[in-house]
Amino acid sequence: MSARDRILGKLRAAAPAQTPVEPDVAGYYARHTLQHALPARLAHFSHMMRAVHTEVIYTRADSWPQALAARAAQAGWRHVLLAPNTAHGARAAQALQGLATPPQLKSYDRPIDDWKAELFHDVDAAFTTTRAGIAETGTLIVWPDADEPRAMSLVPPVHIALFDASRLYENFYQAVSTEGWANGLPTNSLLISGPSKTADIQQTLAYGAHGPRELIVLAIVPDDIDLAELEAAQ
Amino acid sequence: MSTHPITVHPARSFKANSHDAVNDPHLRKSFRGAMDFLMAKRAAQFPDHNELEALRSLGETVRQRCLAKLPQLLEKLEAQLTANGVKVHWAETPEEANAIIHGLIAARNGKLAVKGKSMVSEETELNHYLEAHGVQAVESDMGEYIVQLAGEKPSHIIMPAIHKTKAQIATLFHDNIPAAPYTEDVDELIQLGRNALRGMYLKADVGISGVNFAVAETGTLCLVENEGNGRMCTTVPDMHIAITGIEKVVEKLSDVIPLYSILPRSATGQAITTYFNMISRPRQPGEKDGPREVHLVLLDNGRSQAYADEQLRKTLQCIRCGACMNHCPVYSRIGGHAYGTVYPGPIGKIISPHMLGLNDTQDLPTASSLCGACGEVCPVRIPIPEMLMRLREEAARDPEEKVPHPLAGQGAAYSPQLARVWSLWRTVYSRPALYRAFSWLATRLRVFTPRRQLGWTVHRTPLTPAKQSLHELVRQRQSSR
Ligand code: SF4
Repeated sequence: MSARDRILGKLRAAAPAQTPVEPDVAGYYARHTLQHALPARLAHFSHMMRAVHTEVIYTRADSWPQALAARAAQAGWRHVLLAPNTAHGARAAQALQGLATPPQLKSYDRPIDDWKAELFHDVDAAFTTTRAGIAETGTLIVWPDADEPRAMSLVPPVHIALFDASRLYENFYQAVSTEGWANGLPTNSLLISGPSKTADIQQTLAYGAHGPRELIVLAIVPDDIDLAELEAAQ
Repeated sequence: MSTHPITVHPARSFKANSHDAVNDPHLRKSFRGAMDFLMAKRAAQFPDHNELEALRSLGETVRQRCLAKLPQLLEKLEAQLTANGVKVHWAETPEEANAIIHGLIAARNGKLAVKGKSMVSEETELNHYLEAHGVQAVESDMGEYIVQLAGEKPSHIIMPAIHKTKAQIATLFHDNIPAAPYTEDVDELIQLGRNALRGMYLKADVGISGVNFAVAETGTLCLVENEGNGRMCTTVPDMHIAITGIEKVVEKLSDVIPLYSILPRSATGQAITTYFNMISRPRQPGEKDGPREVHLVLLDNGRSQAYADEQLRKTLQCIRCGACMNHCPVYSRIGGHAYGTVYPGPIGKIISPHMLGLNDTQDLPTASSLCGACGEVCPVRIPIPEMLMRLREEAARDPEEKVPHPLAGQGAAYSPQLARVWSLWRTVYSRPALYRAFSWLATRLRVFTPRRQLGWTVHRTPLTPAKQSLHELVRQRQSSR
């Protein structure tokens, strides 16, 4: 008999006969989900994100590439990784190339195995999109894919995340149930709530433990929301 | 690294260890400070008491429902993961788990493994096993890395290096990381660790990790972390081996939501961790990173013994948040090493007897004042004090006594003398005439009370009866009115 059969046999012999109480996860979240309008949700999202050292930049659908370019010029990144064959990647590339001293652009066009060392040593910042956000905890939902693989939000020291702020859920439950995640998940899916951090040395918080030291969120705010009011709502 | 001796703290020397620990003022101060800090941070995360209690009840119901269906859920998990391309392995003992993992690494001629945080791999002493078989295993969680460099074991399940000072870590890094200067600046120390470990991710043949929740419905392994080392280990090397206990399976993806909401808040007082990493498949054609091979090793190691007993099954509800240790007056005084077990503190006292048997762990359930703090903070409402009393009972039970679900080491603390005393007492106490005669004699002959009273006088002054029994005193009082 295999270890599997022995373990399952022991468990089956002991499993309780009566049907267990069914937890009411949906009911709990029906009672505990806030119903805030987008500006309030967004203000809370930024508050939570900034509390853990994330930089949140409010921008608009037509001007985010300029915001990205301005931030790149300020930081002086020399090598930026992005996905030029996506619509947002192409716009980002165009804006960055328009800079007086443009960074060298790289794309994740080969399997990691072919350029591991370069990815680790010669990329200053990576630019990716995000799937959605969660207001309650200040969280980005990222589903890496062939254009923007997993390591892009992990290996380079800076991660710039483009976030369509109209896709901001109140909480994790709302995201999972609205999008029907239970029907299938991709190879890898992520919640990201800030730059990498640790408090393993004398409970002293330090950023940039293994992943990005900086997380910059370029939040595309719908035009009907006033940006100055949004900042003031913090 | 492999030349460092591994310090073992066998649970049998618990009494001596805890004696040493309470007499170490430095250790006591650092644990006291750290625990106060963690308790305050947790409290700040739950300003709404009703929300906390409702969430704890939900977490408890979710875990109990998953445990009630455990065998079916494990089969479903296996089927779903297999359909997703993840290979599932089963191990009854730590030795079996280690052999499986080594076999997988050896099959691709691997020499270097990077490890994310996994308490289950501490249970199996995997690093030790791999090193003995020519595979270097490097811990990549900062705390675990520090503890590994020091040749020690974690002293807390969430903050493994909580017993170490900046100065000690500065020396360790200076001595062990090539070209590392001596610095006590925490940011600089973290950068030193980061750079050293980034070199390892690049070279590693395999990444090993634990699992926080394994979702049967979707065949997904969920990992909770702040540092990103877990993501590194499960993304960069070409093979990922996850190891976890059989109790970690949950039925539905939505089950994870309340558990993940309460876990970081209870553990470190964070609203959420930096990363929640959901892995459902190996790298697919067209994808450019992630391991091409993913394996899950499911370990029993005594969990099925706890499962067999309805009361003790609740032990398996645990989501390993560490809140019970942070709030334990015993843990905060003696620290994690004194227990001599992989899991210290209250959860360690109730889970270790199943993993190691009561012969080795009989003292652990007694190291509690039963103050109840652990049970009150547990996010899944495990009645830890009840479990402690039950385990004391099992340790004191006659080894020959037949019970439906005997525990390994039943009767480890059994004393025939003590058992005789109690059976005598039972007879006396249940017969009024006998009891009256006994109390009359005991009070009148009080000067002859023995000075040595078995277990009682090990730590306490001997008992001497009063001049008259309580019954007599009350009777006198009533007749004098
Ligand atoms: S027993 Fe409860 S409090 Fe202790 S680690 Fe487990 S879940 Fe947390």
